[in-house]
Amino acid sequence: MTKVNKCSCGNDDEGLLQRLEEIIISFKDKPGALIPVLQATQSLFGFIPEEAILKISEKLNEPLSKVYGVITFYSFFSLKPRGKFLIRVCLGTACYVQGANEVLTALKQQLSIDIGETSADKLFTLDVGRCFGACGLAPIIMVNEEVHQWVKPSDVKKILSTYKKQKTGSKEEINQEEIS
Amino acid sequence: MDTNKHMQFVSDAKALSDLQKTLQQSKEFTSDKVFICAGGSCITSGSMKVKDAFLSHLASTPLNDCIEVMETGCLGPCALGPVVVIGKDDTFYQKVRVQDVKEIVEKHLLGGTVVESLLYAVDEKKVSKKSELPFFKNQDKQVLRNCGKINPTKIADYIAQDGYQALCRVLTKSTPEQVVEEVTISGLRGRGGAGFPTGTKWNFARKSKDSIKYILCNADEGDPGAFMDRSILEGDPHSIIEGMAIGAFAIGSTQGYVYVRAEYPLAVERLQIAIDQARTYGLIGKNILGAGFDFDLEIRKGSGAFVCGEETALITSIEGNRGEPRPRPPFPAEKGLWNKPTVLNNVETFSNIPLLINLGGAQFAETGTEKSKGTKIFALAGTVKISGLVEVPVGTPLRKLVYDIGGGISTHKKYKAAQIGGPSGGCIPAEHLDVPLDYESLNKLGAIMGSGGLIVMDESSCMVDVARFFLEFVQDESCGKCVPCREGTARMKQIVERICSGKGELKDIDELEKLASTVTNASLCGLGQTAPNPVLSTLRHFREEYIEHIVDKKCRTAVCKDLIVFEILDLCNGCQACKKVCPVEAIHGDKKHIHNIDDDVCIRCGLCLSTCKFEAIIKY
Repeated sequence: MTKVNKCSCGNDDEGLLQRLEEIIISFKDKPGALIPVLQATQSLFGFIPEEAILKISEKLNEPLSKVYGVITFYSFFSLKPRGKFLIRVCLGTACYVQGANEVLTALKQQLSIDIGETSADKLFTLDVGRCFGACGLAPIIMVNEEVHQWVKPSDVKKILSTYKKQKTGSKEEINQEEIS
Repeated sequence: MDTNKHMQFVSDAKALSDLQKTLQQSKEFTSDKVFICAGGSCITSGSMKVKDAFLSHLASTPLNDCIEVMETGCLGPCALGPVVVIGKDDTFYQKVRVQDVKEIVEKHLLGGTVVESLLYAVDEKKVSKKSELPFFKNQDKQVLRNCGKINPTKIADYIAQDGYQALCRVLTKSTPEQVVEEVTISGLRGRGGAGFPTGTKWNFARKSKDSIKYILCNADEGDPGAFMDRSILEGDPHSIIEGMAIGAFAIGSTQGYVYVRAEYPLAVERLQIAIDQARTYGLIGKNILGAGFDFDLEIRKGSGAFVCGEETALITSIEGNRGEPRPRPPFPAEKGLWNKPTVLNNVETFSNIPLLINLGGAQFAETGTEKSKGTKIFALAGTVKISGLVEVPVGTPLRKLVYDIGGGISTHKKYKAAQIGGPSGGCIPAEHLDVPLDYESLNKLGAIMGSGGLIVMDESSCMVDVARFFLEFVQDESCGKCVPCREGTARMKQIVERICSGKGELKDIDELEKLASTVTNASLCGLGQTAPNPVLSTLRHFREEYIEHIVDKKCRTAVCKDLIVFEILDLCNGCQACKKVCPVEAIHGDKKHIHNIDDDVCIRCGLCLSTCKFEAIIKY
């Protein structure tokens, strides 16, 4: 499990943990608070670090084993830091029959990583999704919240290079937007 | 976003009807409109930039004050996006780019002449009116009545179109028992897949004596290929809130939750806006419309687990746990969320409720078949000309959806099958194209209605591979709680993978059928019980393809990669086009010399084949 001080994004870790505590307090009296709190944690850090798990377990009075069990059950939670850009290839039926697997293979080749892994430059994490509900535009891939439609394996190089060029928009800004 | 000029607290029935009248006479309501589709797919295609272009081009014209540029929910034909409808004369423009807007404004809005080049053509004949396009003409938009007509972020638009009138009617004129009775008479069946009668479900919960009850909306639309709930959430969120409030009144609940999947951020955003507005207007909250009824609503986001679409798993997830299903009985109507009586319906079901109340149960039941009433929304995708969202009376033949509405197959190949019902469903081959789309007829063919995902496949799809795809899906998404589903789907996947790789034996087919029966009969929840369906259905309708893979070691569609090879023939003139397009640099050869493909590196994507102009590449 990765600790928060190893976080690659260069944010003020203590500040984020402090912010997490405020979030936990705001959810504390709501029934079934664990999952919303974990969602906020994932947005805040970009993954769920060990310190956050300890804090959530303590403040929500839930056993560590349960918190860990919930995290590992849902695919949106990650125990490892993710790259700046999370690429999700839709493998829903419409995308699949229109060639999504070939797009996925091309991405794996280009990035030299497998599903669930992050590229060496910490820019890209590759993942798959099960239908994003944009079947009319199949095959699609999502990079963070941005959707690319009718993607062909030959488009992959170009798509990746546009993100490589993007210097603006730090992770912190993106996370803050998501939370607010 | 929403200026909400008419923002006000609606204290009772009279205030609501006064507000509606005021809104219907307002300039926003009566002015000419340019409708811009702001459904998720059209936004992806760039509709918001098109909207900005309209605003800026109109600003310098005399029309600026008399035409409203309106963002609407999904209009339906996602593949033609961004789509724009000119309200005045119902002109439908497709694939509108920013640079086209100037022409629409100058030529059409100012000059009165339709821009021909942006119209959709049917059999090479351009059609200008939306209502005359076969895609729209052949539909019956009831539940989607407001999608494409109102701005989903403005409650005023919804109220002007009779919004919250059904809630008002039940709160002021009916008893909860009468509401349940009306829903029962309507014959409405749950639109999430299983088709359980909604009235019966509500009646169970109504009869429970517990003082605390919950009403839940399942918006965890996980079936791949289904996006109708997404479009309702994004296009007409108030219809869900109104439906849930009516349901809450009927069963005696004061708290509801909407469980929305995390993959739909725009749906969450628009639903939250709608909930906040409804609360500001007093249409949810304490003492709604002065009738002494309290009801409030909260969104819970999913976290990416398909199994949470199963009702007991969804409940367990809201409670803050791993989303594992629980055995039934006890059914949720008896012991659901936090062990309290709970009614759970899906988005489309709730969206039907205001419609049903306004029409009356008996009139609602006039649409549809003997056993399945009302309309059903289908998400039409795959190799059809116009993929998108369509609504037809239950019982409409499949052929009408694929050919009349969808415009037929988009490729030069023939129709092979339609996959309906997602991972729990089955495939319908060409000889059954006339099957009426209702619960019973589909069951007879080994498919299910499901939530309405309909993927059309042409002859380039391998049905064994489709079965493998769904097994991979269910095996990956199986929560692992019960052995038949966890282990059974994994073994079935192994067998089908073996067949796809050319290592299958004939006895594998028997083995698959035996395993399928065990998984169906012994699994705990709907996911496992229906997981073998795609295999059984393809075995039933396309058995010969399995046998070809096993006996001839041949995949007729050249989809199963272990069974195909790409080769460059002597016809190659060394133009290098294939070499440039190959995403994995598997093609070698100098300019003007015959190239060759490194079979070990080749990913069999087929790009070289489609790029070569000299037919020098073959696949077999």
